Amino acid sequence: MRFRPTDDQRALRDGVRALLARRFDREALRAAVDRPGRLDRALWRELGAAGFFALRLPEADGGVGLGLPEAVLAFEEAGRALLPGPLLATHLAAGRVPGAAEGETVVAAVDGGGLVEWLAQADVVSGDADGAVPLNSVDPLTPLHTVPARGAADPTAVLLTAAEQLGTATRACELAVQHARAREQFGRPIGAFQAVKHLCADLLVRVETARAAVYAAAVTADPADIAAARLLADEAAVRGARDCLQVHGGMGFTWEADVHLLLKRAWVRTRRAGGGTESEELLARDLLSGTGGQRSCLR
Amino acid sequence: MDLSDSPEDAEFRARLREWLAKALPALPPKPSPDDWPGRRAYDLGWQRTLYEAGYADVHWEASPGVRLIFLEETEKAGAPYVGAGFVGLLHAGPTIAAEGTAEQRARWLPPVLRGEEVWCQGFSEPDAGSDLAALRTRARRDGDDYVVSGSKIWTSHAEVADWCELLVRTDPRAPKHRGITWLAMPMDAPGVTVRPLRTLAGSAEFAEVFLDEVRVPVANRVGAENDGWRVTMVTLSFERGTAFVGEVVACRRVLGELAVRARRDGRWDDPVLRRRLGRLNAEFRALWRLTQWNVSEAEAARGGVPGVGGSVFKLRYSQARQELYDTAAEVLGDAALDLDRPWVRDRLSSLSYTIAAGTSQIQRDIVAERILGLPKGR
Ligand SMILES: Cc1cc2nc3c(=O)[nH]c(=O)nc-3n(C[C@H](O)[C@H](O)[C@H](O)COP(=O)(O)OP(=O)(O)OC[C@H]3O[C@@H](n4cnc5c(N)ncnc54)[C@H](O)[C@@H]3O)c2cc1C
Repeated sequence: MRFRPTDDQRALRDGVRALLARRFDREALRAAVDRPGRLDRALWRELGAAGFFALRLPEADGGVGLGLPEAVLAFEEAGRALLPGPLLATHLAAGRVPGAAEGETVVAAVDGGGLVEWLAQADVVSGDADGAVPLNSVDPLTPLHTVPARGAADPTAVLLTAAEQLGTATRACELAVQHARAREQFGRPIGAFQAVKHLCADLLVRVETARAAVYAAAVTADPADIAAARLLADEAAVRGARDCLQVHGGMGFTWEADVHLLLKRAWVRTRRAGGGTESEELLARDLLSGTGGQRSCLR
Repeated sequence: MDLSDSPEDAEFRARLREWLAKALPALPPKPSPDDWPGRRAYDLGWQRTLYEAGYADVHWEASPGVRLIFLEETEKAGAPYVGAGFVGLLHAGPTIAAEGTAEQRARWLPPVLRGEEVWCQGFSEPDAGSDLAALRTRARRDGDDYVVSGSKIWTSHAEVADWCELLVRTDPRAPKHRGITWLAMPMDAPGVTVRPLRTLAGSAEFAEVFLDEVRVPVANRVGAENDGWRVTMVTLSFERGTAFVGEVVACRRVLGELAVRARRDGRWDDPVLRRRLGRLNAEFRALWRLTQWNVSEAEAARGGVPGVGGSVFKLRYSQARQELYDTAAEVLGDAALDLDRPWVRDRLSSLSYTIAAGTSQIQRDIVAERILGLPKGR
């Protein structure tokens, strides 16, 4: 057992992080907020060239030939940067939809739960989006449509969503800690006050617990592990963003601070694939399957 | 990222399983929870069995990964946990192994491994709990002895212990962390009085220990005089590492039993309860993965002394354990008020998890200050 990223996996993560830091820094994030519903096609192609969409495609098919753990690390970075766009749908379409792997074609997908992200901006829609109704999306960086719920959740989509949530939770923790160190009240950094300190500690505990669950699910690809990863990561992202907001005080309630972007994106992702109830039910059934708890322990 | 056993680990696991299948049926019946001498004999007997089979030093010598397999497999097979051997095997022993002289190691370690001697931990005092460094039990040098007076509290297994790892103040004028010394005190020394305390579960698993001019040889000091705080930190980081591996495995089993029980009683149709159980499944799966993560980190960091990741784990685990037994009560309904029912006593004892071995508030301070780098002070 060596349950930590290998050197290659670290290098891949650092590579994605560096690319996003260069091409999608805070300024770019805020610019995207100011131009809602517009996708940066040049960035999309750059992601394609870097292998973001073709990551799990076999090398014989022109892909990078890596697996779920690598994809999870890449999606975590995307979640950390709050990178907008139908990343998941395009990634899942690579190899099936011409141009998706390269980032030439933007693909939107009808999610099992009935939500469609970025429908109007996509070149190709996978699934039946007939009669889709637009929502006035709460997240300025995710245009949304709904269709009647159809189809089952794809476990890979659930796992990669959990990876994005993990990244967003990590960002929330980082922002909260930065602010707690910098902002002073009563003559000292607010991070010296225990009430604030403990909010930050809980943020980290949720992030690290979710990280272990998400990475393990990427290794085992076990549906129950994936369901667990989803629940933990949703919690880490949503509660993390809420606590981060609290640590920011009045600033946290502004449009100008990034905190609301974290929370709103986390909310959108909790609704993917029909929401967490599916996962809770799957995990409940797993308890009765007898082998449930023990099987994956043995790995 | 790899969760599978290496060939050597797989072989260790297979050999251990095979041995457990043979050794466990030969175990004597479990003593009743209130029979402390009986429990001491039972726990030591098991340690002796491990010793004879060559597994006694798995907590010290083996890599963290092998220790994880050992704890996982013994729990799954239903083998006893360290019990009364806890402090000797997981606190005092590792401390002496790391900080003791050759003579001290030769005197104290073999009896722990052979299951002959029980240790207890005399750290907390009535006025020094979370603020452990405020401890006041005095030790005054007199020739080749320290003369110790004061009192300790919440000392688990004190009634059945042979030795106590004792923290005393040797320099009352020094800053509070710098005047502390670590001593091994024989529990049968004149001047030691043990008064059992009754826990809220009705049992007597911890005690007050009064020390009145107890003579402890200077040769029983581990580490330098006034260097006891550093020595203690070695010990505490051990406790917060792999100490709960077996319990996580056990919690997952209990969760499965709860589900079966809920279905049998017709409670399974209640979606609120069912999803609560599903969530707990997620929680304990994640805690198991977090354990594997921490162990892998410890292996990578060599040394094998668990780091602050243990505090992250303990915070989450202690809360999850309480939630597990609160959910058990939900499944049991009125039977949750009957002490003779399974899980009811476990529910009571789960209440200590957010207090013992550093309260959750103190753990949050540790996480915030040592991992996140937030300023010290409140
Ligand atoms: C079952 C059990 C077994 C034990 N076994 C042993 C043993 O074998 N040997 C031994 O030495 N000790 C043992 N202990 C003692 C244990 O380590 C202490 O109870 C623990 O460290 C807390 O100390 P305290 O009880 O004095 O509580 P206090 O320190 O008085 O704490 C009371 C409350 O105040 C909070 N608090 C205190 N300081 C702060 C702060 N700075 N910031 C925020 N909140 C704070 C605490 O979190 C807690 O909620 C055991 C305890 C239990 C419950």
